Amino acid sequence: MRNTYDLRHTDMPTADPERPTLEFLARHNGWLVLVSLALTVGIWSLVIDWGDLPAFLLPAPRAVWQKFMQMLLDGTLLRHAWVTLYEVLLGLLAGSLVATSLGYALSKSPLLEKVLSPYLVANQAVPTVAIAPLLIIWFGPGVFSKVLICALIVFFPVMVNTIIGFRAVSANLYDLMRSMRATRAQTLRLLELPAALPVLFGGLRIGAALSVIGAVVGEFVGSDKGLGFLINVGRGQYDTALVFVSIITLILMALSLYGLAMLAEKRTTRWKAADRG
Amino acid sequence: MTDGFLEIQRLGMSFRDNKGHLEVLRDVSFSLGQEEFLCVLGPSGSGKSTLLRLIAGLLKPSEGQINFFGCECQPRVGLVFQYANLMPWRTVRQNIALPLELQQVPAPEIEKRVDAMIELVGLTEFSHSWPSELSGGMAQRVAIARAFIQEPDLLLLDEPFGALDALTRERMGAELLNIWQGQRIPVVMVTHSISEALLLSDRVLVFTRRPGQITQDVAVNFPRPRMEELRYSAAFQQMERSLRDSLRETVN
Repeated sequence: MRNTYDLRHTDMPTADPERPTLEFLARHNGWLVLVSLALTVGIWSLVIDWGDLPAFLLPAPRAVWQKFMQMLLDGTLLRHAWVTLYEVLLGLLAGSLVATSLGYALSKSPLLEKVLSPYLVANQAVPTVAIAPLLIIWFGPGVFSKVLICALIVFFPVMVNTIIGFRAVSANLYDLMRSMRATRAQTLRLLELPAALPVLFGGLRIGAALSVIGAVVGEFVGSDKGLGFLINVGRGQYDTALVFVSIITLILMALSLYGLAMLAEKRTTRWKAADRG
Repeated sequence: MTDGFLEIQRLGMSFRDNKGHLEVLRDVSFSLGQEEFLCVLGPSGSGKSTLLRLIAGLLKPSEGQINFFGCECQPRVGLVFQYANLMPWRTVRQNIALPLELQQVPAPEIEKRVDAMIELVGLTEFSHSWPSELSGGMAQRVAIARAFIQEPDLLLLDEPFGALDALTRERMGAELLNIWQGQRIPVVMVTHSISEALLLSDRVLVFTRRPGQITQDVAVNFPRPRMEELRYSAAFQQMERSLRDSLRETVN
């Protein structure tokens, strides 16, 4: 171990034998996804043709596509998708804001953590899905109750990640900041936030996916708009094509949110890429 | 020795843990001159690091006093640890610039001073590297540059080269000496290497095992600037031997 310092000092980093394969996968991943999608659609069509299934059980890919185009053109899809997206984003924002500030306070104060932990555990133990009907009764079938459900579902994972992130800040770096007489605000801005950022983003990514679930559950329980509402309508009318279109839109929404969070994470933690092993 | 900079009187330090009471330092008194380079030698666990943390103001002493002449408050301290302790999310430049950012030095001046400092420690071509891309010796150079750039009143070094291989260690000692010649500030350095202590310092304090007490206070009067060749002189080797003997006594 000690000798490697000198080697690393003079030599360039040697090529990692595993890297080419990884790079190959990364470069061709887009194609692989397309191939796999095409295969799925192909098998799906074959099942419909050979199995002679009625359309209300399993719609043909073409029927789903036609429904999708029709809903896109008459504006229904975007109108409902927008409502859901709005709930998801607002809930994610509100839940994360409360969770990060509370998480920061908890990471600093073990006493506060002891006092609040019964409530925090209760928040996690009660399935938010189960109290969704109550929230709809209390706060009405509008957007607000959905935002609340999303925020509640997002809250716990984001808070836990915040605590873990801030607690993991190196004690030696704290000493360094203190020896340089850094103020509290400077310590937060220059040490604690950047050190905790990767873990915070991890929480945000989980939260984004959960927020979509929260919005759909809220819409199932009681609403007159949104993609969850559309699924409910489709179920009532045995319009499985409508259900499929809504589900696919939801998947796309969740994936884009996840991707956005990952992109933001990559941009702010470029130093991690250099951190091999 | 010129004016005094620091005076420590009857310093004692104990920690309380679940097993009770751990006395780490006992009755430590010494003073440090304005341009003095002081090395602290002693067996592991003799409270040397605790002494540095006390001087840096990171800990409060259980007994005794630490007085700084000429400044009423805590002086500005440059700290270097055994491990470079860099911020992994900052490049080499940004790590070195950190103390200046904390002092709210204007950006153009930060750029200028960082450039000069990076050149001084020979890391110009690694200016935009991440700490994870550096070798141990290079990372420690960044830590030393970060300590010196704020023009501290006092430099505290806690086994700064302890994790490096022998050759890098010797080279780093010479580089440190070189920077210090240009910026004569008081230094307290904890080390395990007797020859390093003799090559760098004006004075060596030898500590006993826990609770750490000073058993020897040895002046090192080799003329400066000192070169590596000093190691091979008879006077140097004789001092090295006598210090090794007294260190051995503290262990037994």
